[in-house]
Amino acid sequence: MSREPPGPAEEEAPGAAAAAAAAAAAAGAGGGGEGGEGRARPGGEGGGCYLALCARPVHFEKANPVNCVFFDEANKQVFAVRSGGATGVVVKGLEDRNPISFRMEDKGEVKCIKFSLGNKILAVQRTLKSVDFLNFIPDSPQLEYTQECKTKNANILGFCWTSSTEIVFITDQGIEFYQVLPEKRSLKLLKNQSINVNWYMYCPESSVILLSTTVLGNVLQPFYFKSGTMAKLSKFEIELPAAPKSSKLSLSERDIAMATIYGQLYVLYLRHHSRTSNSTGAEVVLYHLPREGSCKKTHILKLNRTGKFALNVVDNLVVVHHQDTETSVIFDIKLRGEFDGSTTIHQFVLPPRSIQPYQIPVAGPASVTSQAPVPCKLYSSSWIVFQPDIIISASEGYLWSLQVKLEPVVDLLLDKGKLMDFLLQRKECKMVILSVCSQMLSEPERGSLSVIATVFDKLNHEYKKYLEAEQSYTMVVETGLSRSNPLLKRPVRTQAVIDQSDMYTHVLSVFTEKKEAPHKFTIAVLMEYIRSLNQFQIAVQHYLYELVIKTLVQHNLFYMLHQFLQYHVLSDSKPLACLLLSLESIYPPAHQLSLDMLKRLSTANDEIVEVLLSKHQVLAALRFIRGIGGHDSISARKFLDAAKQAEDDMLFYTIFRFFEQRNQRLRGNPSFTPGEHCEEHVTFFKQVFGEQALMKPTTF
Amino acid sequence: EEKKILFYHPNEVEKNEKIRNVGLCEAIVQFTRTFSPTKPAKSLHTQKNRQFFHEPEENFWMVMVVRNPIIEKHKDGKPVYEYQEEELLDKVYSSVLQQCYSMYKLFNGTFLRAMEDGGVKGLKERLEKFFHRYLQTLHLQSCDLLDVFCGISFFPLDKMTYLKIQSFINRMEESLSIVKYTAFLYNDQLIWSGLEQDDMRILYKYLTTSLFPRHMEPELAGRDSPIRAEMPGNLQHYGRFLTGPLNLNDPETKCRFPKIFVNTDDTYEELHLIVYKAMSAAVCFMIDASIPPTLEFCRRLDSIVGPQLTVLASDICEQYNINKRIAGAEKEPQFKFIYFNHMNLAEKSTIHMRKTPSVSLASVHPDLMKILGDINSDFSRVDEDEEIIVKAMSDYWVVGKKSDQRELYVILNQKNVNLIEVNEEVKKLCATQFNNIFFLD
Repeated sequence: MSREPPGPAEEEAPGAAAAAAAAAAAAGAGGGGEGGEGRARPGGEGGGCYLALCARPVHFEKANPVNCVFFDEANKQVFAVRSGGATGVVVKGLEDRNPISFRMEDKGEVKCIKFSLGNKILAVQRTLKSVDFLNFIPDSPQLEYTQECKTKNANILGFCWTSSTEIVFITDQGIEFYQVLPEKRSLKLLKNQSINVNWYMYCPESSVILLSTTVLGNVLQPFYFKSGTMAKLSKFEIELPAAPKSSKLSLSERDIAMATIYGQLYVLYLRHHSRTSNSTGAEVVLYHLPREGSCKKTHILKLNRTGKFALNVVDNLVVVHHQDTETSVIFDIKLRGEFDGSTTIHQFVLPPRSIQPYQIPVAGPASVTSQAPVPCKLYSSSWIVFQPDIIISASEGYLWSLQVKLEPVVDLLLDKGKLMDFLLQRKECKMVILSVCSQMLSEPERGSLSVIATVFDKLNHEYKKYLEAEQSYTMVVETGLSRSNPLLKRPVRTQAVIDQSDMYTHVLSVFTEKKEAPHKFTIAVLMEYIRSLNQFQIAVQHYLYELVIKTLVQHNLFYMLHQFLQYHVLSDSKPLACLLLSLESIYPPAHQLSLDMLKRLSTANDEIVEVLLSKHQVLAALRFIRGIGGHDSISARKFLDAAKQAEDDMLFYTIFRFFEQRNQRLRGNPSFTPGEHCEEHVTFFKQVFGEQALMKPTTF
Repeated sequence: EEKKILFYHPNEVEKNEKIRNVGLCEAIVQFTRTFSPTKPAKSLHTQKNRQFFHEPEENFWMVMVVRNPIIEKHKDGKPVYEYQEEELLDKVYSSVLQQCYSMYKLFNGTFLRAMEDGGVKGLKERLEKFFHRYLQTLHLQSCDLLDVFCGISFFPLDKMTYLKIQSFINRMEESLSIVKYTAFLYNDQLIWSGLEQDDMRILYKYLTTSLFPRHMEPELAGRDSPIRAEMPGNLQHYGRFLTGPLNLNDPETKCRFPKIFVNTDDTYEELHLIVYKAMSAAVCFMIDASIPPTLEFCRRLDSIVGPQLTVLASDICEQYNINKRIAGAEKEPQFKFIYFNHMNLAEKSTIHMRKTPSVSLASVHPDLMKILGDINSDFSRVDEDEEIIVKAMSDYWVVGKKSDQRELYVILNQKNVNLIEVNEEVKKLCATQFNNIFFLD
């Protein structure tokens, strides 16, 4: 939990008060503190603030001598405890907006107060030896009950809820894992472990507790909790920047944070600039903490500056706030860095910027709106930062979650390839990505084709990954293997999956309709997108082909179209073949192209016959259907109609004779059955060629 | 009268005879016009010669006289020369004449324009300059059905590689913004044309029968090694100019490119033709003639196109070999055939050997080729689809099929086969070679 040290504490010196403020945000700053001494605000320069405080913060009564404020990271709740709870406790959370208020007996100063998950049981620590419990489950005993720590002479440093009924006590001599039995108003010890503890840290997202052990405090022991079990993970040592002068605690909990980044748990260590070494500034060292195996140092984030820092993790980005310059920088460990064989060194992705200026909404009834909103002091020394994305101003009584704004990033990250790599990893990226695509296709910021190709490839790479996951999932489900593999989950479609219809609707169709770009460029872009899809072996939807054809037709580029079709760049489909047929009047070869396509589809034989008949190519149609062996089931009437319309008597005669022969072969009689509705044609035949021309039934 | 003659070959012929001959042609054309005002005579058959008339532009006539083949016979011990009046095919030679004009037009523009620009004298000079050289390259003896089609052979390619080429062309046209049109060929076969079909047709003919063969010989002889000593820092590549500068490092080198004229019916564009080649891949960049390409431009083109084209060429080669291996599994039956599609001018021939610098050689007897020509003439007379099967001498069968705009000619040589068996064989060929097009049985 790295946070701004309250008061003017030196960065190396672990503030004496800090240890007391273990997981709770003790209201250290008292009545508001001194804040900044009217410093200039360098962060505002050039705009483009890509970090912002959430618009709807949690407002609570600010800390003062009678009101103590606590923050629970697991439930993201703020507790305002007035006079030890006697005059009321108000609990407000970021997620659930309805505050919970209750009263409890004042049994001494509250050191720590937290709800179990789901607000079932309240735990309150008032002494160093015990924790009190109060049920919040309807119809359960309402009387408080107490649990003392088992280890003799141990002091409780704090406690963490790991589920709705499981709790861990951390003492200076070890940890104790309990199950709470609310009905019996008692606790059952599940497991305990003796170990010397300097301080501890809890990451609720991954249910891992990290203990600082040894004299220097730089050996960290993680424990993992899951449904009644406790697992000891392998311990590891944090490399300290310089050999400590004495054997005193050298690793402060303020310089350590735990967070899940891209689904993996990391321990973040803020290594301050040491005057003895010649490093250029402080850095954040990331230790990857896998569930199995040992913890490894994997990433180094270069801060290139010194001073007071605080860490947040937002949307898998590591945000480092710098109080001296009132700016923040972000790091993305998925972006390419400098790899030295064991660790990857990252520079910040974007230039340092201040958090977006924030106006504190004026409290009071809605009628009193004349008062201007007060700008909030950012990077105030009374700010306290929690993982992953919480910023609390104890002096003003606000709790925010930190957010990353993607729009400003677009103008700050000029390398479009890198921009896409960055955006594709973000949660709310879809619309921004699509607008980047639109932007790079239109003036004044039109990108070159190679840039456009790079962007398309990156998008389709992500798209393909999802399609593959989806496909293998469906396959497993269909083959019925899903039952044997309960871990199998349907792949999540993140916003980074930008499919063809997204591109078509938001980017490509708009772009082609605008017609501001030269048609050469328009076609090049469409072909580039199709190329990229093909490269990732993604089946191209026919509306993209239609867009290509429409554009080519608009500019009379029929020969180009012809060549594309010749090389099967526009894949065969019935809709496409029909579209081509409709082009025949303006481009006659489209007819041939369309027929070829129908032939290749091999499921469009009826269509081929229709096309040929519409051209009065009755014989051709008949030969075709005979060639594929379908001539016994075709409708005689249809062919005779077409033959009659062709106004060619010989043709009519031939067709008529063909069907007479068919009748003879199938039924032993050349005449048509009434069901065939050919009476009119028989009459016509007699009229033209005479009755005697009709085929005689062969008699045996 | 003499002023009517813009060009006469051979020039040595005495003036009066020239006038006489031209006058005769004029008279014939005028005379026949009275019978058929819209379709004047195309050819005149005489015992010794055959004359072909062509009016490519209004009031401009081109006439070509071809001598009938002679057979030396011995009669009563004395040699007698007999002219074979029916050996020559009208369609073949009238096509040759039309191509003469098309080729002239490609490099010189229309007659009318030349006359408007430089008067009759200018036109005469142009004609003299062009035809003097061009006529020597005509090999009239070996003209056959392929000259009638004047088709384009397309390089077979998978979709992905084709899209890569598209992408390459688009990027090149973007980087070299003065490029107006691009064409891409591999192994002397067309893959992409930015030009319209008719212009591409004649440009293709020029490239494959004149420009490429000319550069082929030194290559084969090992001179002009394509791996050049590169300027330091430059990527190694195999690209080089087939037209334009020979040595980019020589600051004195001339950047002159042939001029071509396209879309002469409407926009009438004059372009510089830059042909650039890396290994078997050749790209034609056409830029507006008003912008003379500088040495600097050529160097830039070389540095941009060279490396990428080299990579692309090896990609295509690799892909081509893979495809060939797949196709090789189903052993191509040894059919001799010619295929032509009027719609996209695609032609394919297994009868002709690979084109040598000057001639394309047919591997079958001229008599068979003549039958093919005859069938073609029959086809061109009617619009409908049809099929002609001819039994030729010594167990040869010739089959001609016409379906929509496509024509297929097959030559079979099997002993003791009947009509039905021949028909079956052709069906087999269609099923293996043309299964992806709509070709009526």
